[in-house]
Amino acid sequence: MTAYTATVTVRLKHGVLDPEAETTQRALERLGFELEDLRSADRFEIDLEAESAESARERASEMAERLLANPTIHDFDVEVVDR
Amino acid sequence: MTVSVVRFGGSNCDRDAERALEHLEIDAEIVWHEDGLPDDATGVVLPGGFSYGDYLRAGAMAARSPILEDVRAAAADGVPVLGVCNGAQIGCESGLTDGAFTTNESARFQCEHVYLRVERDDTPWTAAYDEGDVIRIPIAHGEGRYEVGDDRLAELESADRVLFRYCDADGAVTDGANPNGSKHNVAGILGERDTVAVLMPHPERATLPDVGPTDGQGVLRGFDEVTL
Repeated sequence: MTAYTATVTVRLKHGVLDPEAETTQRALERLGFELEDLRSADRFEIDLEAESAESARERASEMAERLLANPTIHDFDVEVVDR
Repeated sequence: MTVSVVRFGGSNCDRDAERALEHLEIDAEIVWHEDGLPDDATGVVLPGGFSYGDYLRAGAMAARSPILEDVRAAAADGVPVLGVCNGAQIGCESGLTDGAFTTNESARFQCEHVYLRVERDDTPWTAAYDEGDVIRIPIAHGEGRYEVGDDRLAELESADRVLFRYCDADGAVTDGANPNGSKHNVAGILGERDTVAVLMPHPERATLPDVGPTDGQGVLRGFDEVTL
């Protein structure tokens, strides 16, 4: 077994309104920053042991499918690195 | 017959729901989620509140708690299930109903009375109304914007599964009458069976005559309409 960290990033699907990001963008603009757009995302860093990086990725993907992301509004991606 | 009002840590409309049902002479009891759903429950209310502190997403944790397996099984057997506010978020997160209730377009918590147009009058929850009726019921939520893919929404609409839409006092479904940016002004939606419904507005807060309008009574009377 090898120790891995799987990082799951959960984002709103393209086209789904993100009122919190819009509010954050307005606040940055109020502070004088220039920016074109801002998107927010949730990142989960999961330490786990698995037979292989692929098996760690599969387990983290299942976690995203079953809980971390809501498929109605979210897309997600998974990155796995040795720990 | 006894309707189970499921209490999670963070539920806060459980007692309101129980009291409103009893005002309508519908027996109700509060059930702690860890105790499971009683076998003889004749109905289920998933009440409003902030179950599990809205961690991750509103309703996400409660939707994956073991009692929801009981609730899904009961729903499949035809037991009436009503999700209100956080209960509606739990309903969608658990797959009892389609779509998701997410952050209001305003990015603010909104607590106000709204008008709803009754889209169906042939369900238990709306048998007390006529299609097109306008009822006045309060909302109190920060994540009530109904979101679902356009194709799926078209399927739900063609299957007549939208129960209530936000409207103005005259029943016109307009952007201005949409308090939270919900797609197509959807405020409440049916599950695969008409005996399963979720809505963000609070019928239990519009039931007792002492606290204002009583337009919500008809929704709760749905539990009396279903014979198991």
